Amino acid sequence: MFRNRADFIFWGALAAVLLAGLAFTRIITNEYYYTAAYAILQATVMALAWNILGGFTGYVNFGSAGFFGIGAYTSIALGKAFGQTLGLPVMIAAAALICGLIGLSLGYLTLRLKGVYFSIATLAMAIVFETLMNNWSYAGGARGAYILTPDSHLWFNSYIQMLFMLMLLLTLGSITVSRALNASRLGRGLAAIRDDEVAAECAGVPTLKLKLISATLMGAMMGVAGAPYPYFVTFVDPASAFSLFVAVNAIAMPMIGGTAHWIGPVIGALLVGTVQQVITVTVSSELNVLFVGIMLVVFISLAPQGIVGLVQKVRARRAR
Amino acid sequence: MSGPVLTVSGVSKRFGGFVALQNVDVHVNAGERLGLIGPNGSGKTTLINCISGALFNDGGSIVFEGRDITRMPPHQRTRLGVARSFQIPKPFRSMSVLENLRVPLEYAAWSRSEHRHITDEAMAVLEQIGLKGRAHENSAGLTQVDMRKLELARALAAKPRLLVSDEAMAGLSSAEVDEILEILLALNRRGVAVIMIEHIMRAVMRFSERVVVLDAGQKIAEGTPAEIVRNPQVERAYLGE
Repeated sequence: MFRNRADFIFWGALAAVLLAGLAFTRIITNEYYYTAAYAILQATVMALAWNILGGFTGYVNFGSAGFFGIGAYTSIALGKAFGQTLGLPVMIAAAALICGLIGLSLGYLTLRLKGVYFSIATLAMAIVFETLMNNWSYAGGARGAYILTPDSHLWFNSYIQMLFMLMLLLTLGSITVSRALNASRLGRGLAAIRDDEVAAECAGVPTLKLKLISATLMGAMMGVAGAPYPYFVTFVDPASAFSLFVAVNAIAMPMIGGTAHWIGPVIGALLVGTVQQVITVTVSSELNVLFVGIMLVVFISLAPQGIVGLVQKVRARRAR
Repeated sequence: MSGPVLTVSGVSKRFGGFVALQNVDVHVNAGERLGLIGPNGSGKTTLINCISGALFNDGGSIVFEGRDITRMPPHQRTRLGVARSFQIPKPFRSMSVLENLRVPLEYAAWSRSEHRHITDEAMAVLEQIGLKGRAHENSAGLTQVDMRKLELARALAAKPRLLVSDEAMAGLSSAEVDEILEILLALNRRGVAVIMIEHIMRAVMRFSERVVVLDAGQKIAEGTPAEIVRNPQVERAYLGE
């Protein structure tokens, strides 16, 4: 199972985080912490998902909120149709499937476009989906939908604790996928596309196929992040599920953490997400939007490779 | 001499109203060294773009080792054994020199690679090209001549039977030209057919067994280097009336 020392450390760290999460639910009773932690973890999954297409493959996607929103609405619609008998894991799987397919078809339609044209197409897609949901009265339409929190919360003390552990598991899963992809043959193909698509094609890389795989994975992971969201907030309307802020965060966090390495989005999401929560509580919830903007500007102008890039630079200088 | 690896017959390509290639026939025999020359704008790069699949030709056909590849996407052509290097080097900038070679080994030559020994195979190619000492350096920081070598190394890592070298020597010093020439000759000795596009006549004439001359999208001459030098039509194309 462990091919080398790095593998051992990675799985050890993952297990330690999981155990720490479980211990957390035994010790802390203040529900605010779970709400804050859930929001940060959700952003981490979104950042990891965005990075697969945006960081590894080099296609900047502005439509993250579209996938996230469809993930949330998958849960709402399934909950409406089948009641609570279905359970969250089924809804998450359904959201992954639907959003993966959307990623695939969006990719098929738009991945021939380069650079900014692709980005605009993804932004338009998110708006199309928001409009569709606004007019889908079955799932609440523009008025939004209320979700009743199920009574059962397994062996946890409260429902939010269970959601927190669920999101922690999803985050660890996303990290594992992202890390495996980063080091794999597929990951090297994606990096080749990002560096030079023509040269990649001439090195035998089936660029369109790889881009489609990348877009499908990205969509599925964002759907996964969105599926439990209705149970977290208990009221969802299109404006909140398709909020531009979700999309901006999904771009800003990997950019700030560093896009070329799998750990970049994790660092970025933990850092920015935590600061956002602190600012929301201590200053105001409006200010944290401004904060993300300022952080993004600072990092793009001073450290375009993000925190990971900064660390690598310092290391390389020391090695010399 | 064995039969042709590549047969280009009647290939035409137009960009809007401009005819870049008109009814061009070229063939390359197995293991042959072919020089492709012509004044600027004569269609050399367009022709090799059609051969490598970067562009699709409007008319005519391209056959590689008996298979019609006219409508095949570039990555499949590379898998079959047609590799090219670029005039302006296009390294994968985020990768080390060694990782640059892993890409063709893992994609173009995947069915012919030892999956467990990709790094060894990449190292062997780097040794052959003379870049072994730079294997772990970042590819974006290489010097011009090393960039050109990386281009060739990456093409070579695709394990081709036909290599199209697009102006691998432009802008290099005389000693560096000899270095690249040596690499191409060594490659050819291993049985790889080479099409060399070059403006440096000294290099083309020394390297090629046969030379094809393009002018204004048409093939105007073909023959041994000695014949080409004496050809009045070629002289006219380069120097005017």
